[in-house]
Amino acid sequence: MKVEIYPQPFNPWSVLQDYEALRTQSGKCGATACFIGTMRDYNEGDTVQQMWLEHYAGMTEQYLLQLAIEVEQRWQLLDSLILHRVGEIQCDQTIVLVAAWAGHRSPALEACRYLIEELKQHAPFWKRETLNTGQQRWVAQNTPSE
Amino acid sequence: MNITVKLFASLREQVGKGEVKLNAEKPMTIAQIWAQVSEEMPLPTHILMALNMQYVEANALAEAGDEVAFFPPVTGG
Repeated sequence: MKVEIYPQPFNPWSVLQDYEALRTQSGKCGATACFIGTMRDYNEGDTVQQMWLEHYAGMTEQYLLQLAIEVEQRWQLLDSLILHRVGEIQCDQTIVLVAAWAGHRSPALEACRYLIEELKQHAPFWKRETLNTGQQRWVAQNTPSE
Repeated sequence: MNITVKLFASLREQVGKGEVKLNAEKPMTIAQIWAQVSEEMPLPTHILMALNMQYVEANALAEAGDEVAFFPPVTGG
């Protein structure tokens, strides 16, 4: 299990590859599911130039760790991973990476979906967008999951 | 001993404070703390509240040494 807040850009595929290489190859893993969230250049009909991501240091890490523990127990996962950016983010950069390893596809996929949806609803992060006009605004709420 | 109160994101800008130390001689509800920190602003409808980094409701009690936080709906991910 790994939970980490990243103040600098990261390549999610390299992180996954490195993490896979460190994981114990037990012969029990039959499924890996991951979700990668990326910054778009538009939101609510406007062109977005960049974004600032704020978090509540301490509570965010604590919440994400509790979430990872809950998910590993509920779906009997072999492992899980949650990485999230903070600070200044540019278009096309990764905002979040979550991954779940399990014996079968169903728990891996369900756990991965649950991880990202719970994170988006409860983890204390806030996005402030800078539009191409220079105007800055806080994102009021996340989009629904469906 | 004080209660440390933190405000985040748009709420910090609305109230004009990021962190406040409140003198706490006796336990206070989170709602009472909000009233004091915001100088009697009504509690925003969608505000989220935490006591020692765990989500709580406005009637939770905080005492000296605790950390209380107020913030708007979260938008990570």
